[in-house]
Amino acid sequence: MAAGRQAACVEIGGIPIALSTNDESFLDLLRQRYNGFLSSSLPEFELEFDLTRAGIVSDDDIQVRREGGVWLIERGDFHARWDPVTGRGTVRQNANPYSLDSVLRILHSLILAERGGFLLHAASAICDGRAYLFSGVSGAGKTTTTRLAPADITLLTDEISYLRPNVDGYSAFGTPFAGELAKSGENCFAPVSALFFLEKGPENRVDELTSTEAVRRLMRNILFFAEDRSLVEKLLATACDFVAKVPIRRLTFYPDERVWDEIRNFQGVPEHA
Amino acid sequence: MPEDCIYIARSSAIAARALAGEMMVMNSADSTFFTLNQVATAIFQAADGHTPLREIVRNQICEQFDVDPEQALADAEQFVADLSAHGILLVSNQPLAAETPR
Repeated sequence: MAAGRQAACVEIGGIPIALSTNDESFLDLLRQRYNGFLSSSLPEFELEFDLTRAGIVSDDDIQVRREGGVWLIERGDFHARWDPVTGRGTVRQNANPYSLDSVLRILHSLILAERGGFLLHAASAICDGRAYLFSGVSGAGKTTTTRLAPADITLLTDEISYLRPNVDGYSAFGTPFAGELAKSGENCFAPVSALFFLEKGPENRVDELTSTEAVRRLMRNILFFAEDRSLVEKLLATACDFVAKVPIRRLTFYPDERVWDEIRNFQGVPEHA
Repeated sequence: MPEDCIYIARSSAIAARALAGEMMVMNSADSTFFTLNQVATAIFQAADGHTPLREIVRNQICEQFDVDPEQALADAEQFVADLSAHGILLVSNQPLAAETPR
């Protein structure tokens, strides 16, 4: 780390990343934003932030590509370079927290892809020691489901679920990446019991999905930005493994608190375990 | 070799995986995702760049599936055109280098 820089270590999904800057107000911002995910662990990776005045939050498409061994991550509001061998990278952006979130999400998606995990556009929560994931198109009910959760449910995220393989399946970790709920998830994890693709309907009902339909829906909701065939191959293999190990169902639900009775009572086995 | 001979090869930009008898194909360039049925999977797997499509249909499709050869070829040409438009298959009237694993 260069002289004059200060760093905060942010540990999401058990992966500690040092975020360093020479701007004290930016350091305060990221400490506040990732409060609950700050860590004293030895960082596995380091990102150096150099702040610019230019740029606003951009609607441009994100470009993630590999040049030599280095990942280049670019959007209108930030430019980042990350070397997966040294574990170090640099980011040029303004002090916008949404740009910071985007860079972190992309970095984690690249790290996870190599480790057999992934980020999923899904809400997730822990119920009776097991994690449940809720995915679906925008408006399907991810935030609604988390809003309806009883008091003993631990929210991991209402927007971006963090998944890593464990010895016999997958674990879901809490993330600070919030959606409509505007609330950070809890910094904890649990083994995944099921992934539900949500649809609102007149009654609560759980339906099976074929394995290929499950993979298709899963791939549609995985956050991945790199145009890189080898990583896409790994991701597809991971999705197939996930489908083999985790029950995936369509959950049609009437939006009231009884949906959580359906979830508590769910005991599924993967279709192709 | 007839002038209308079509050769097909899998693009180097795709990832593919078989599951439950179907082939799932993802284009890494734009993240489009396709699930191929058994007939389409047979054509996809035979797309080695140097076997003409007509021969693939005759040897792979008509031998494995109870289909009319002319109809099978017409369907295969449509399928190849669709996947070619999405960058999954490369099409040429000359032999091509095979680019991806089966």
